[in-house]
Amino acid sequence: MAIKLESNAPSGPIETRWDRHRFGMKLVNPANRRKYKIIVVGTGLAGGAGAASLGEMGYNVLSFCYQDSPRRAHSIAAQGGINAAKNYKNDGDSIYRLFYDTVKGGDFRARESNVHRLAQLSVNIIDQCVAQGVPFAREYGGLLDNRSFGGAQVSRTFYARGQTGQQLLLGAYQALARQIEAGTVKSFPRTEMMDLIVVDGVARGIVTRDMVSGKVEAHLADAVVLATGGYGNVFFLSTNAKGCNTTAIWRAHRKGALFANPCFTQIHPTCIPAAGDYQSKLTLMSESLRNDGRVWVPKNAADCTKDPAEIAEKDRDYYLERIYPSFGNLVPRDIASRRAKMVCDEGRGVGPELDGVRRGVYLDFRDAIKRLGEAKIRERYGNLFDMYERITGENPYKVPMRIYPATHYTMGGLWVDYNLMTTIPGCFAAGEANFSDHGANRLGASALMQGLADGYFVLPYVLGNYLASAKLDKVDESHIEVKKAVADVEERIEKLLGIGGERTPDSFHRELGNIIWNNCGMARNGKGLEAALEKIPALREEFWKNLKVTGTGESLNQTLEKAGRLADFMELGELMCRDALARDESCGCHYREEHVTEEGEAARNDQDYQYVAAWEYTGDVSKPTLHKEPLEFEYVKPVQRSYK
Amino acid sequence: MSKNLNLTLHVWRQKGQSDVGGFETYKAPDISEHMSFLEMLDVVNERLLADGKEPIAFDSDCREGICGMCGLVINGVPHGPNSATTTCQLHMRHFNDGDEISIEPWRAHAFPVLRDLVVDRAAFDRIIQAGGYVSVNAGAAPEANGLPVPKPDAEKAMDAAACIGCGACVAACPNASAMLFVAAKAAHLGLLPQGQVERYERVKKMVAQMDAEGFGHCTNHYECMAACPKEISVEFIARLNRDLIRATVVEKELEEKTGGAG
Repeated sequence: MAIKLESNAPSGPIETRWDRHRFGMKLVNPANRRKYKIIVVGTGLAGGAGAASLGEMGYNVLSFCYQDSPRRAHSIAAQGGINAAKNYKNDGDSIYRLFYDTVKGGDFRARESNVHRLAQLSVNIIDQCVAQGVPFAREYGGLLDNRSFGGAQVSRTFYARGQTGQQLLLGAYQALARQIEAGTVKSFPRTEMMDLIVVDGVARGIVTRDMVSGKVEAHLADAVVLATGGYGNVFFLSTNAKGCNTTAIWRAHRKGALFANPCFTQIHPTCIPAAGDYQSKLTLMSESLRNDGRVWVPKNAADCTKDPAEIAEKDRDYYLERIYPSFGNLVPRDIASRRAKMVCDEGRGVGPELDGVRRGVYLDFRDAIKRLGEAKIRERYGNLFDMYERITGENPYKVPMRIYPATHYTMGGLWVDYNLMTTIPGCFAAGEANFSDHGANRLGASALMQGLADGYFVLPYVLGNYLASAKLDKVDESHIEVKKAVADVEERIEKLLGIGGERTPDSFHRELGNIIWNNCGMARNGKGLEAALEKIPALREEFWKNLKVTGTGESLNQTLEKAGRLADFMELGELMCRDALARDESCGCHYREEHVTEEGEAARNDQDYQYVAAWEYTGDVSKPTLHKEPLEFEYVKPVQRSYK
Repeated sequence: MSKNLNLTLHVWRQKGQSDVGGFETYKAPDISEHMSFLEMLDVVNERLLADGKEPIAFDSDCREGICGMCGLVINGVPHGPNSATTTCQLHMRHFNDGDEISIEPWRAHAFPVLRDLVVDRAAFDRIIQAGGYVSVNAGAAPEANGLPVPKPDAEKAMDAAACIGCGACVAACPNASAMLFVAAKAAHLGLLPQGQVERYERVKKMVAQMDAEGFGHCTNHYECMAACPKEISVEFIARLNRDLIRATVVEKELEEKTGGAG
């Protein structure tokens, strides 16, 4: 298949690109909209907001989620906040500055046009959410409050205590509920997408499995939106919810959608360290904690087992403040994570020793409590402190928190053009599921912004434009491609149930996660990646021979669900390593140990790698074809990122 | 130093909605005190699977206390012995070696059991669909700072909005009432200026849907507040009742004004 990656990004002055592009779009007459059926998979910020908005416009929307309610999508767990260029603080913020910070923060591996649109829409998001009744934090005068976040020198982050994601998602969920009541949206909870239906090269529906009855069936539509989140659970241990998976986007990839920058996975610096080998997930502590908490480790390895209260000021190494005096504890996530790994690898980590290394650094609020009082700190972070205490049994008002980086977000995802359409016409990807806006590193409080920008303000336009221009023949359940897609899913389920081996899905998943964490995690090198590319196919082969799944396909069967998702992670994991190996430079989160500046930072190679790597499935998972979308920077000149 | 526990579990097993179901007993030796309650069940399930048996089905997703998907009745208490703690954030350090632990699903007419410890809470979604929102379409919003909200109101609204929709309030209530859930949403929106236009209509519709779903009536036991992992206060129920009375009065006045002429 000859694929030409056409970004369809507008040219000309960046400030007016989105407006001009919108004006050039075709529209669907309000009276005709109900004749179009749109499938939206996922009910997080992008999917929930998108389905609600399309419903409000009058389209006939089918909304799917694997959870028991659309309100539970993993956007709900985002704690810290959402960026918007409102400049309410009069501290020099602007749409252009948010655009600039995001392109720079992404280490010059994102498309300028998309990022500018995101910055532009950020202000509308806050208006929308406030009107819905999202209870953002306020100042005593009744106006909206802001806090600072990593990678920015202005205060532009809006928040609702430590539950910003929850409140934004409930806003979208309630908007969706309103449309369900109005009859424009039909909701399918506990329903998992198993495959994409492509007819004559165009996306026309999905195959789903009802997770209670086990029923496999086809749903047909005029367009399909995948808003199914990221693939961080490929690592087994991540901050993602247990059910987060790659199946929807991976199945679309196998049907022809290119997968972009799969190796760009974000490791969040402030998570609670793992406690033992039974660990089922890692819990994130909001990055906003770095506003007031100071990160340190002992200067001397001998002090690492001491009570931190007994370590004198002169014996503490506030390494982020030391190395990056102007950004201090608020350096971007990739840098904060790597520095934590470095000090722990040097033997200066704290907390329990696992596999011979103490993987933890202190995040200390002693000075902030002294300065602001415990009450103020409780007001700002009370629920986070409570959560930390519940999990670790330690009181962070008295003892410094211990934190360590964990997989958190995936910048990579399905390749999409400026219209959020994948390389399969009619198949769109929104939110974390696409690759589009964050380059090689996402700044804090930008995921919520992107999810809602895509959902409320981009999907409604691009879907209309597509539907108004597409010539779609009628397709029903009897179409050969539809029947085949359903039969393939049924066969795959039978196969997973019938292997009759000895190992559980979780045991395979932990092994896969270890391979990827060790070789394609916070630091990568050619040798390690090559080793991983030997190990993963071998593990996958064992998986298909030695997997153990009990029960049947015709009932609620959580082991079967895990197995199906893992089968796709097994393939994606290999592509991640292949992508990381092919990108022989460092950039953002992608830290190739062969390419490091004298100061220990990621050394980009713009000459050879200033492109989006988009991988095509060829029928053989181990032999994908690389396509390149060159990136041009007309406005933000690529420089070595410096946060010193 | 961390210690390990040897436990005996009595777990509700039920194949499907029409199955009768009953308790099964499982030994759970060698459980680290640092495990979460659900990690303990993961370990038990891995052992069951290794023996070729079907693992215990239970709901969970975020495992950090915010998605509201998990929820077990542990020794008769929804979400277990710790206050302000979801099942996923309950840790085994709160149990003792040799403990016998009973584990059941939420029990309420409006929450039918789907399998083992998994229940159907779609009734909650239908209550929100009945009116738990502010009617504003994407694109129609005015400038966010155009309407200041007094900080105490915003804070109180946030206290109510913290509800995760887990259903522990229903499971804890002797009447299986959903009043705390409904009251929290009504208060969240009713305390904010953005929610005033539909305030009384919203309350009427949500309460009517709650009744239609088969939840029981509130008789002020306050078990809901004790079980709520987000510590939502019953004062919101009082507020809901006041709004409901006012809603009925407003409706009457409206009827009188329009004279029912149509």
